[in-house]
Amino acid sequence: MTTAGAVARARATAIPASQTLPWLISALFVGLVLYYFIGIDEGAVSVFGDTSYIHEFVHDARHFLGFPCH
Amino acid sequence: MEARSFVLRGVLAGAVAGLVAWLFSLVFAEPQIDAAIAYEEGRGEAEATLATAAGSPPAGGAEEEIVSRGVQATLGIGVGMVGIGVALGLLFAVAYTLLHGRVALRPRVLALVVAGAGFLTIYATPFVKYPASPPAVGSDETISDRTALYLVMVVGSLVFLAAAVAVTRLVRERLGLWNAVLVGGVVYVALSAILMTVLPGLGELTINVVENGPRASETPLPLRDAAGTIIYPGFDADVLYDFRLASFTAQLLLWGVLGLVFGGLVERRLARGESSDRTPEVTAA
Repeated sequence: MTTAGAVARARATAIPASQTLPWLISALFVGLVLYYFIGIDEGAVSVFGDTSYIHEFVHDARHFLGFPCH
Repeated sequence: MEARSFVLRGVLAGAVAGLVAWLFSLVFAEPQIDAAIAYEEGRGEAEATLATAAGSPPAGGAEEEIVSRGVQATLGIGVGMVGIGVALGLLFAVAYTLLHGRVALRPRVLALVVAGAGFLTIYATPFVKYPASPPAVGSDETISDRTALYLVMVVGSLVFLAAAVAVTRLVRERLGLWNAVLVGGVVYVALSAILMTVLPGLGELTINVVENGPRASETPLPLRDAAGTIIYPGFDADVLYDFRLASFTAQLLLWGVLGLVFGGLVERRLARGESSDRTPEVTAA
């Protein structure tokens, strides 16, 4: 183990939940919303009614990322 | 370091990973997607000819183009790849923050472990049952079923990994770390295999069985006329293979770059905190 590694490990102290929770919940929420809009919206289910703009715009990425698409 | 630092670094690393995956996709995904769309159009014409010959009016008509192919193949796939990079970066940061300082791994190693777990559960395991497919492979009518089944695989894989980790921790004292991790791996593979066996193949969905009889997948078969002569070929196996190989590689890149960049950023931040200020505030954070 290098000195840098030992230092980095020593620095890597756990963080108490109280101050991290708002950031973690926001990150989880935004991450899931983005995942949903890029992967799923306007295919099987749709938030903004029955348009297909998002679906068609990210169409190629949706196929390539492995999401079900027509 | 606090959660904010991790989340912001997750977004940055995810965006970088998305950019790399975008460049990759321009070279390796678009030729296959173009070939698949050409196949789909040719098949549509052949089906129309067949329907006219049989005396019924041609079904449907050309699909209305909402976003042009040019935009889809450049900007659209770019926004999609970078967007998913940021999304995965955020989810990655949540998992990383919860583990940071609680496992005996230095940050850049932990970052790669978390990225590997993300690749395994969110992409690779679902891919084994429901692989990524180019346009033309996949029926319009089954999109709801396919989406639900895919998400069951994603969520199932995440739950199975959590179960495998729990089992590993449980037997670690008795078996030692190496064997405990092996046991955890067996648990993950076994649970995933059970789920894959229970879930239907896409060709086994009712709509598809009615149309083509029971099959493993939705990959288009050759189109035949009433006499049974093939008038349009089945989907090109090489295009399908190349597309899936490229999709798999793109996800490896996405998660790999995310883990490497994130780990590098965190270690750089920690090293800077160590050398520049020795205030008690740093120790507290």
